[in-house]
Amino acid sequence: MTSATNVPPGAQDAVSFYDTDPHEHPPGQSTMLGFWLYLMSDCLIFAMLFAAWGVYGGSYAGGPRPSELFELPLVAVNTAMLLFSSITYGFAMLAADEKKQGATLGWLAITGVFGLCFLGIELYEFSNLIAEGAGPWRSAFLSSFFTLVGTHGLHVTFGIIWLVTLMVQVSRKGLIDANMRRLQCLSLFWHFLDVIWIGVFTFVYLLGVLR
Amino acid sequence: MSDTLLKTIFGRLTLESFPIHEPIILGTFIAVMLGGITLVGAITYFKLWKWLWTEWFTSVDHKKVGIMYMILGTVMLLRGFSDAIMMRAQQAMAFGANEGYLNAHHYDQVFTAHGVIMIFFVAMPFVTGIMNYVVPLQIGARDVSFPFLNNFSFWMTAAGAVIVMASLFVGEFARTGWLAMAPLSGLDYSPDVGVDYYVWALQIAGVGTLLSGVNLIATIVKMRAPGMTMFKMPIFTWSALVTNVLIVAAFPVLTAVLAMLSLDRYVGTHFFTNTGGGNPMMYVNMIWIWGHPEVYILILPLFGVFSEVTSTFSGKRLFGYTSMVYALLVICILAYLVWLHHFFTMGSGASVNSFFGITTMIISIPTGAKIFNWLFTMYKGRIRFELPMMWTVAFMLTFVIGGMTGVLLAVPPADFQLHNSLFLVAHFHNVIIGGVMFGAFAAINYWFPKAFGFKLDPWWGKVSFWSWVVGFWVAFTPLYVLGLMGVTRRLRHFDDPSLQIWFIIAAVGVVMIAVGIAAFLIQIFVSFRDRERLRDWTGDPWDGRSLEWATSSPPPAYNFAFTPVIHDLDAYYDMKTRNAGRPLTGFRDIHMPKNTGTGVILAGLSVAFGLSMIWYMWWLSALSFAGILAVSIFHTFNYDRDFHIHADEVARTEEERTRILANAAAGA
Amino acid sequence: MKNRPSLHRRSAWLAPLLAIGAAGTLSGCDMVVMNPAGDVARQQAHLILWSTALMLLIIVPVMVLTVLFAWKYRATNKDAEYAPNWDHSTGLELVIWAAPLMIIIALGALTWVSTHLLDPYRPLGRLAPDKPLAANDRPLEVQVVALDWKWLFIYPEQGIATVNELVLPMNRQVRFRMTSSSVMNTFWVPAMAGMIYTMPGMETKLHAVLDKPGRFEGRSGNYSGAGFSGMTFWTYSVDDQGFARWASQTRAAQARLTDATYLKLEQPSENVQPIRFGGVNGDLFRRITQMCVKPGTPCMSDVMSHDMAEPGSHAPVNDRPPVDAPKGALRKDADEKGAAPHLTAPRGPAEGSGERGAPSNRNMTRLEPAHRPGVAASAQG
Repeated sequence: MTSATNVPPGAQDAVSFYDTDPHEHPPGQSTMLGFWLYLMSDCLIFAMLFAAWGVYGGSYAGGPRPSELFELPLVAVNTAMLLFSSITYGFAMLAADEKKQGATLGWLAITGVFGLCFLGIELYEFSNLIAEGAGPWRSAFLSSFFTLVGTHGLHVTFGIIWLVTLMVQVSRKGLIDANMRRLQCLSLFWHFLDVIWIGVFTFVYLLGVLR
Repeated sequence: MSDTLLKTIFGRLTLESFPIHEPIILGTFIAVMLGGITLVGAITYFKLWKWLWTEWFTSVDHKKVGIMYMILGTVMLLRGFSDAIMMRAQQAMAFGANEGYLNAHHYDQVFTAHGVIMIFFVAMPFVTGIMNYVVPLQIGARDVSFPFLNNFSFWMTAAGAVIVMASLFVGEFARTGWLAMAPLSGLDYSPDVGVDYYVWALQIAGVGTLLSGVNLIATIVKMRAPGMTMFKMPIFTWSALVTNVLIVAAFPVLTAVLAMLSLDRYVGTHFFTNTGGGNPMMYVNMIWIWGHPEVYILILPLFGVFSEVTSTFSGKRLFGYTSMVYALLVICILAYLVWLHHFFTMGSGASVNSFFGITTMIISIPTGAKIFNWLFTMYKGRIRFELPMMWTVAFMLTFVIGGMTGVLLAVPPADFQLHNSLFLVAHFHNVIIGGVMFGAFAAINYWFPKAFGFKLDPWWGKVSFWSWVVGFWVAFTPLYVLGLMGVTRRLRHFDDPSLQIWFIIAAVGVVMIAVGIAAFLIQIFVSFRDRERLRDWTGDPWDGRSLEWATSSPPPAYNFAFTPVIHDLDAYYDMKTRNAGRPLTGFRDIHMPKNTGTGVILAGLSVAFGLSMIWYMWWLSALSFAGILAVSIFHTFNYDRDFHIHADEVARTEEERTRILANAAAGA
Repeated sequence: MKNRPSLHRRSAWLAPLLAIGAAGTLSGCDMVVMNPAGDVARQQAHLILWSTALMLLIIVPVMVLTVLFAWKYRATNKDAEYAPNWDHSTGLELVIWAAPLMIIIALGALTWVSTHLLDPYRPLGRLAPDKPLAANDRPLEVQVVALDWKWLFIYPEQGIATVNELVLPMNRQVRFRMTSSSVMNTFWVPAMAGMIYTMPGMETKLHAVLDKPGRFEGRSGNYSGAGFSGMTFWTYSVDDQGFARWASQTRAAQARLTDATYLKLEQPSENVQPIRFGGVNGDLFRRITQMCVKPGTPCMSDVMSHDMAEPGSHAPVNDRPPVDAPKGALRKDADEKGAAPHLTAPRGPAEGSGERGAPSNRNMTRLEPAHRPGVAASAQG
């Protein structure tokens, strides 16, 4: 560790201490890492909500149980919506890589529509539950259900707002580097939500109905 | 206007929410208002608004953001410390027939606010500010990875502080203790605005903390100067990296648990309530899963500071650098495996308690190793007892006692007797004041000349040092004793007169600390007044070893005209011993981020959102939230975010530095 | 149980250590934690001493070396050796990691053993180091309820109950079964044993014994609201006859702790004087724990048997329907929002009365009656 300091004075010509011929760093070189770190922190929020579900999932407080509430066919349709939206987002990214702006925008729009369908179905489910007297205030089980699923839904909502913003930006500025970076970030975000949903579908709906 | 309309507009805010009948608060309010008006008036009179806005508020320069964090921390220290004085005064007088001067409503807010402010708005800004200022310089970078986010993070932290301060004058703060334990903090037992203030202040400040954590990790991972491998990174940067990993891995937990608490309060869910299947123990677990790593988030950066200071002022390479780094990593991981030691008394089984007790003790092994490493860095050194080194030695002597009582508290059966007692209070002040505050003062004295180009006045620094160190021991030794006498924390009134003498001694200690804080402020004032006497032209006042000392003081906006190339851990020491000169020609344009006001605007809207949620003014919540979305989206439409500092300007700046350095060398 | 290792004997030599710490300044004060009146607390005190002694083995050298090095290697001392590049020594590094490790191994072993021996849920093995417990020992049961802001003690065997007064027979094992009516508190009699949380809807346990006669302070160790400071009680340690006499006196008291009395008692009050109840409703404690004393609130066990009917579910906590829960803020109509005045009680004369429960004291910390927004007035009772 101390070897470098033992070079005698005068020998400094051999080593350079300043980068005198710098190449300009492209902006946004740490964007993907930064965004990924953010996603991991978001993942921890979901981890806490899943933990809450694990603790509260059986606390019905004399109220309705999952098997009385969940309509699996509807949830299956909903899951399909989100999975399809992930695929179409993938197509959008492929098109973007080939610099096909029109195709990118088209696929993004389809993704957005799938996302909206997902949200619509979720809201329909929520309003049905509340109408049945199974609102989040009924029992801890419902509190944790609404919070976990609702937080995911909130993420999808922001994802759609972001998606629309990006579509406007792509159509204005084209597929420039900055926009490509943003598309990649949203791509990470969108697929991340898909992964979370798979967890929700499995642990909340499937195992919920089973217990 | 009908009552319904009033309620719709103002929510639960009424004229009675303003404490006009409360002389202490009213006096404070008037004083703050007068001070504020004077300040605003002075700024207007000297036409400083534009300068403040363009040079500071909107600045994305990590150095300026760092300094703003330090100012925020200092201002909030005054508030948090006033709370401490009020508590000490109350406890020193409230015996037997004397009820003291604070009733429970007031006193309970005071101790809650003291804890919240000292942790979130004093210690965190200090720590974040130091990391912000120093890390990019130490790794030879021009700024952080996401300069705008950095500015935004600062303003979100400041927004949280504004909300806490607002609770002093409108409504009230939480009366729950600094962690707002459920079910006391639920709607059942705290229906007032206090806990809502708490929740929104922390949620908004938490956004800032999390983003600054992400930012600094990305900076350290991606923006190190060429040649700086992970194991050639200065130890402070290492500690900053570990700290920010802890931040990113811990703060989401706080966000989640506070979100659940606010759902309980706003929607009526049953996470932490006594009925409906809620489980208050879940709150205790989750808040400590964040809370224990938070302790290390506070102390680890300061461990880094002490390492830098010890090495510099001993004129020696840091002893055991590699084991220091591994110690940091071990602490980082273990920090997540000990949370249950905060509530051994909740009735977990003996095996669970022992597990968490023993993991806690294991943390003392790397911590002990670090202490030894500092010790052997001093060994065979040439120790200059400048202020930073004095703080470091005081830290070593103080912190080991705090560490010892901490391990003692980790023995579950011992904890049954010491839990929630004043012994515990003494312990965590022992490590937080003895570690975090002493470290912050070491760091301020150490890097102040780098930030401003002149040293801090040593005489007033020594007054501050001795007042703090002696004051700390006078204030907290009695609390250790009181804890062993069976006195618990957060008590407002006592019956046993034999306790009083100890509280009076503690109050004397707090007065001494007050002298220490005053001396610190005087030190800054005197140093500014005598800045020519204290001037450092070289940029390297302490014979430093790491890269930040290689540039001028204060550094130019771009930090380094040419990116340094690193060959050794002590990069600048290496340059000095090998007579490496700065390149004097061949400057290029330097690419820099532009300032932006978006951070200030978003934080302002967040304050509006937080306050409207606290007061149930739903229309304003909706409006401000829509505003936040709109401004964020608008911000993303700005693609023109950077500019170039022209090569000529760089050349001029660097020539000036060459001239100054030559003068300094001739003068010396 | 008889062969339980005695921390007491072995720590006899630690007495001087304590003396050093306690000498001089501390001699006047009563460090009840270190000098308690019961076997459990005494073992805990010895554990504190032992652990401290173990740690001092490393803390003292570190502090001495810090001062020594700081002095010896000061810059002005040009005689001291200066080795600016000396930054590594494998041997030394081994020592500085191993030394704390050794201490922690010792301390960890001590922790594991003592935590299991002193587990508050575990019935005592002995009354004192030389007094093993009879195999057929039946502990005295005391049911403890933390109320806002006073303590209720129910003696099921004796059929009596008290508020803010705990009387225990000396040298008899006591089993405390504890719960809370509203928020979390800890039950702490430092002279007897360490504290344990009392929590709403849950039951915790503590086993302890007192072996010295006298009057000892007890309190809550966990902040629970405005009246927290006054949530103290005296614990009297008396001999068996004294206990029997006290029990029969109490039984003669007029007041009975019925459901109605309890519901009244449960309402927040501060600095409460001791109250004695000559009779108590048999399963009151069970229903307090299950939060169903109030008429019309179903007990948790009934609800849980419904919930647990499904396979795979685990025992939830507080699983009672939220019949009296307040409405979340967002669900309130404008008129239900209420106001949040700056709650500062009228300030009485600064010199309150030392007498507990005197009106002037109450004035100082006066609380608005427990006000739950969103609950209909009738539900608030």
